[in-house]
Amino acid sequence: MSNDSDEIELVRRLRTRDEAAFREIVERYHGRVIAVARAHVPTRAIAEEVAQEAWLGVLQGIDRFEERSSFSTWLFRIVSNRAKTRGIKERRSVPFASLEVEGGPAVDPDLFDGMMWRDAPSPWGASPEQIATSGETIRFLEQTIDTLPENQRAVVMLRDQLGWTSAEVCESLDISEVNQRVLLHRGRAKLRAALDQHFTSAGGR
Amino acid sequence: MWPFRSRKSKQMAAKGLMCQQLVELLTDYLDGALAPAVHQSVAGHLAECPHCSEYMAQFRTTILATGCLRVEDVPEAAMNDLLDVFRGWSG
Repeated sequence: MSNDSDEIELVRRLRTRDEAAFREIVERYHGRVIAVARAHVPTRAIAEEVAQEAWLGVLQGIDRFEERSSFSTWLFRIVSNRAKTRGIKERRSVPFASLEVEGGPAVDPDLFDGMMWRDAPSPWGASPEQIATSGETIRFLEQTIDTLPENQRAVVMLRDQLGWTSAEVCESLDISEVNQRVLLHRGRAKLRAALDQHFTSAGGR
Repeated sequence: MWPFRSRKSKQMAAKGLMCQQLVELLTDYLDGALAPAVHQSVAGHLAECPHCSEYMAQFRTTILATGCLRVEDVPEAAMNDLLDVFRGWSG
């Protein structure tokens, strides 16, 4: 989330009510705005509403935006705040931070015998780059992320999809570093298990 | 923290990390959040255990693939709604 000169220029044009600049900013950030909103609220439809409210917030606040933080940091903070307000309204009566972190191991204990591997993990048969660029795999992964518990999905999206730092995720979701890593680990372990089944199911496990 | 709590696993941990313990530490390991001695144990175990090393490779691939999920382009209808919001604000 660095402040490049290009971004600063867009912000300055936006302050002069330049519609083309607004369009360019939306094209650049809207996908991520939706993803951040989606990390906080339970449905895609609510995320879209939050995104629209956030963009209005950006316009209303742009004259007061000080360029001490980057525009994107400021933008995503607005999105997080709108989403939190909205999340509370959507009957998420328990604040995110106090959601119980489930106990027990993240990785299926049946894979182990006496804490050693029962069977060797089977190689996935393709390079990491091939896997990460396969449209089919990516679609499968997208669907699987949607099945994660809400708080795990939120952390996985922000950390691993959007590449936020641990500190940024903690601030956005109001959770501790420790809880953040527990949720991230559980989410990642489930995604790995799903991919493993996906790649090895032809041969059975 | 699980699974270090039981007396049995403490004995195992004293001898070195077991595979099932190691896989639970990988996110902390990648984040550099482990105590130096534990970090060293994880690194040492990964260097010697092909199964855990394979698991770690898959774990990293999972993270890499998640980072390749694209965010959506702006649908035309959404852009038009936002331009209306813009015009309402600027006008």
